[in-house]
Amino acid sequence: MSLLIEQALNGVQLGVMLFLLAAGLTLIFGIMGVINLAHGSLYMIGAFAMAWVANKTGSFLIAAPAGLLTAGAIGMLMEFFVIRKLYARDHLDQVLATFGLILFFNQLTVLLFGRQPLFVQIPGFLEGSILLFGDVRYPVYRIAIIAVGLLTAIGLYLLIARTRLGMLIRAGATNRDMVRALGVDIRLLYTALFGLGAMLAGLAGVMAGPILSVQVGMGEQVLILTFVVVVIGGVGSVRGAFVGAMIVGVVDTMLRAFLPQTFRQLMTGPDADALAAGFSAMGVYMLMALVLLVKPKGLMPAHG
Amino acid sequence: MADLKTTRGPASASRTYAVIAIVLAMLAALPFIADAIGQPALTSLATRITILAIGAASLNLALGYCGLVSFGHAAWYGVGAYVVGIMYRHYVTGDPLLGLSIGSDQLLVTLPLAILISGLFALVLGALSLRTSGVQFIMITLAFAQMLFFFFVALKAYGGDDGLIVRRRNALPFIDTRDGPTYYWVCLFFAVAWFALMSRIVTSRFGRVLEGIRQSERRMAAIGVSTYPYKLACFVISGMGAGLAGALMANHARFVSPDMMHWTQSGEFMIMVILGGAGTLFGAAAGAAVLIGLETQLAAWTEHWQVILGPLLVLMIIFTRGGLSGLVRLLRGGRNE
Repeated sequence: MSLLIEQALNGVQLGVMLFLLAAGLTLIFGIMGVINLAHGSLYMIGAFAMAWVANKTGSFLIAAPAGLLTAGAIGMLMEFFVIRKLYARDHLDQVLATFGLILFFNQLTVLLFGRQPLFVQIPGFLEGSILLFGDVRYPVYRIAIIAVGLLTAIGLYLLIARTRLGMLIRAGATNRDMVRALGVDIRLLYTALFGLGAMLAGLAGVMAGPILSVQVGMGEQVLILTFVVVVIGGVGSVRGAFVGAMIVGVVDTMLRAFLPQTFRQLMTGPDADALAAGFSAMGVYMLMALVLLVKPKGLMPAHG
Repeated sequence: MADLKTTRGPASASRTYAVIAIVLAMLAALPFIADAIGQPALTSLATRITILAIGAASLNLALGYCGLVSFGHAAWYGVGAYVVGIMYRHYVTGDPLLGLSIGSDQLLVTLPLAILISGLFALVLGALSLRTSGVQFIMITLAFAQMLFFFFVALKAYGGDDGLIVRRRNALPFIDTRDGPTYYWVCLFFAVAWFALMSRIVTSRFGRVLEGIRQSERRMAAIGVSTYPYKLACFVISGMGAGLAGALMANHARFVSPDMMHWTQSGEFMIMVILGGAGTLFGAAAGAAVLIGLETQLAAWTEHWQVILGPLLVLMIIFTRGGLSGLVRLLRGGRNE
């Protein structure tokens, strides 16, 4: 029972990370109509910037904002130099250009940091684990991730639903040309929004740093899961991204945790483990197929 | 781009055939030329390009002609390769799979099976993916390809991460496939056959419908064409071509691994199609030659060639809309439409 709760919390923790990435991706797509494959690179950049600063200064409190700001800044530069030229293009051009960006960022990271993964210590004040209830202990750092993720989700909701900027964002998603006609500097809005999405990706990277190894290719691994989240939740919908992220996070974690022992009861030998590993890796994709069979536009489509 | 393919007079048609014949003769003579200039490695490079051109041409059918932006093309390519790898493994060990003895090292057996099984995979996953369109379709094809990638990584019985070694190339009756130039000619033969099939398909009624779907699916639906079966058939044919390419590549490299279906491979196929000009028959071959040539050249220059290739790609997309032909137009000082 305690194992079940622990794994469920792990699932939620993966879910909030995926949400941070999916929210940026889906906002950028919903409002600017751009599919950005290099979103995973921003996650990687956030993680690397954090890891580098943390190893130089020894302080997580300096490193975390550094990672966020680096991801945000590079995101805005990316928007200014490349993405801006792609708004009017079809998705194919966007995919290929941002694919080129991934090649560039990945290889540049190899050039700067090498292929060896970087490791970052969990900051001292978040070390250890606490007793939640009964006999369930859970690491403080992971609780912190869940808390930060949920707070960011609430903040994002308030930003979009309650502020002037959010109003412009919603208006831009509904009718881009009308917003422009009403005298809003839509280019500035887009750059700012892209920066916001990049910072969300960077935040996920920063938080992942101490629990995963920071290495080249980490961005694409998570990017593809993020796509699954966005497809399940409905493209362009932040609420859908949250629901999709939670579902994918929990299902993926649960399958990886419990499928092997289920298989071991059904069959014997190492085949069971291998098969279970295969099926648990495929689980979320099958889930996506299932959702699409019932609702081709995802659980919570943004428009209609 | 595709608008350039207007109907031509018989005179220009015979000129086209003449050009094709000359190019083919040059391609067939390539191993001799490579030996003559003391670069025998060129034959192996040309074999790779020929094989990848088959894969790119089949993606072009879906992407260029029908407008299906599939980001999972490498999955079918990898499945085709694994069919060869798995059958060879069973041929060597003699073990049956599920009671069937499926081992074989005959190219005439493995190749059709690879095409068939890739087509089956494309049929099942395509039937699901085609329920979506636009950006969802891009994401879902990528995700399904990644699903197969993880499946083969986890498939420890067939090497998992490490892949499978095919110690000897599949055999053909009367032909020694182990000889480099001979295998190149075998691949060239299959490439010619595949391109001929593609050319028949795109000029057929079926091909016209695909073209119509690309231009406006709604219009095709309005004139009474049920588009879904056409798109699915196109997707399956495209997957079969990738399976053929994968099976040939497994024999060429004598190695199969999940990396063949990595998503970057799908990206490379797309780049080949776009480089050569989507929706032009031979563009895919030109795109494959240029991309692989460029990669080989840059890789000889620096280990970090992707730092150069990435920005090149971005510039190409931003400034030339029609791939290489767009570049030529740009250099001539013309305007892109």
